[in-house]
Amino acid sequence: MSPLFRIKRWIGDHLILGLGLLVLVYTFVPIAVVVLMSFNDSSKSKNVYVFKSWTWQNWLHPFKPAGMGGDVLLSIEIALVATAIATVIGTMAAFGIVRHRFAGRGIANLVIFLPMASPEIVMGSSLLALFVATGFGGHLGFITIVIAHVMFCLSFVIITVKARLTGLDDNLEQAAMDLYANERETFWRVTFPLVLPGIVSAALLSFSLSFDDFIITNLNAGQRVTFPMFVYGANQRGVPMQVNVIGTAMFVIAITIVLVGEFGRRRREKLLAA
Amino acid sequence: MATLDDVASPKAKRKLTGYWLILPGALWLGAFFVIPFYSLISASLFNPKGSPLTGYNMSWHFHNFVSAIDQYHAEIIRSLVYAGIATLTCLVVGYVLAYAIAFKAGRWQNLMLVMVIAPFFTSFLLRTLSWKLILSDDGKVVSFANWIHLTNVLHWVHLTSTDDRLLATPFAVIAGLTYNFLPFMVLPLYASLEKIDIRLIEASSDLYASPIRGFAKVTFPLSLPGVVAGTLLTFIPAAGDYINATLLGDPNTRMVGNVIQGLFTTQGDFANAGALSVILMVIIVGMVLVYVRTAGTEELV
Repeated sequence: MSPLFRIKRWIGDHLILGLGLLVLVYTFVPIAVVVLMSFNDSSKSKNVYVFKSWTWQNWLHPFKPAGMGGDVLLSIEIALVATAIATVIGTMAAFGIVRHRFAGRGIANLVIFLPMASPEIVMGSSLLALFVATGFGGHLGFITIVIAHVMFCLSFVIITVKARLTGLDDNLEQAAMDLYANERETFWRVTFPLVLPGIVSAALLSFSLSFDDFIITNLNAGQRVTFPMFVYGANQRGVPMQVNVIGTAMFVIAITIVLVGEFGRRRREKLLAA
Repeated sequence: MATLDDVASPKAKRKLTGYWLILPGALWLGAFFVIPFYSLISASLFNPKGSPLTGYNMSWHFHNFVSAIDQYHAEIIRSLVYAGIATLTCLVVGYVLAYAIAFKAGRWQNLMLVMVIAPFFTSFLLRTLSWKLILSDDGKVVSFANWIHLTNVLHWVHLTSTDDRLLATPFAVIAGLTYNFLPFMVLPLYASLEKIDIRLIEASSDLYASPIRGFAKVTFPLSLPGVVAGTLLTFIPAAGDYINATLLGDPNTRMVGNVIQGLFTTQGDFANAGALSVILMVIIVGMVLVYVRTAGTEELV
């Protein structure tokens, strides 16, 4: 091999990886800005979104802006309730679809895919039209928001759990049955623990989707204000930098959960291999 | 699977279990995803003279569609163009990343995948606000774009309105859309690239195909299901989005989502808002059908 050819090959091998990493860096720039702005002294800039000077004040008093604390709390409550409902009924549906034959499977798959592929504004306005038509137009609030959030989280839960379930090695269940475990024991002691990581990531995904949703929520919230709605409203008056504290904190917590899970998985694999 | 369960329990009982498991999810999606479309369509035929407080008369008022198109065709076309450009950009940028993760990442594969979805863990709105800072008038990005004359080029193709700024222009809105929906492109692309048997690509190079020819004749065609799913999952939400247009644009970059949102909430004009929503949905479904037919893939999920 000539040295020139080797260099060309090295470039070919690493160029794409380098470009890929560059794209990842690009996706992280705005996150870095969120973290940076959480240390920004906002009192000096009401209308322009620029970094003025460094301060710890936002982190010491994260709930200082009027109303924001309650809005964050409301978003967390909604996300917890919606995640619980969506995870339970989504996991059940995933088991039903993967493990059982039934009529209308094609339609079921389509109805699961469609919410992910519909514009949020259309789903949100359809729901609003339904609520108004059924006389709930004056009662928009916590319950209607939860209903909407469960609706769009369900598809993501079903697809995530389904993926984990189809990838499962059914020899393990066969083995449990061969060792005289009955169906219930096999499910709770073998199948469920194996599917659990999928269920956990589905729940995590649901929570972030729900906590973050703006378009559908805004249409169906009535007088209630969630955290994203607070941010959107604040954009017109001047954004308090504390919103970035909340954003940074959520990010750190979520990433920690994901990384702890990933390292736990790697350690278990190493232990099993040893 | 079948043999295992048949021994454990009678077939008839199992058959019903499947339905019971699916029932709650099916009811939820039926009641709050499928039926609302019916409500939306009937709202689009309301007599526009009513109001959300006094109620509407369902009067088969097809004129709503004519007036919605008449008043808002500019916003509809703008939404499709912005979403189209953003989707193409996502496809190119996302393909590079998905390819790198699928074939070049080695043991870093999982970590890179986590990094792809990591942006979902900070607020969509806050990340979009960040672009306001990144593209701000006295920022480094604008001065760099000025220096390489990118701003002049963008102005020349009408993606910006002046030749010295980026914020509050169509370019900023499209950049925001591209950024926000990139993960929806990368994940399906990765899923279908990862399934490709690497030996097929090696075979093409053994048969003296250049890397570019090998890519065009082997890798890309095999990744088509991912391309189709990714472009749909990017284009559709992007076409209905209005957060980017509101935070990064100006009144001249209003998208159809802005209009629908405004009609529903501030103006309370359910009839026109419903008609516009239905129009958006019909356009999207129509484009999806043509696109999926042309691309020749039925397998989406």
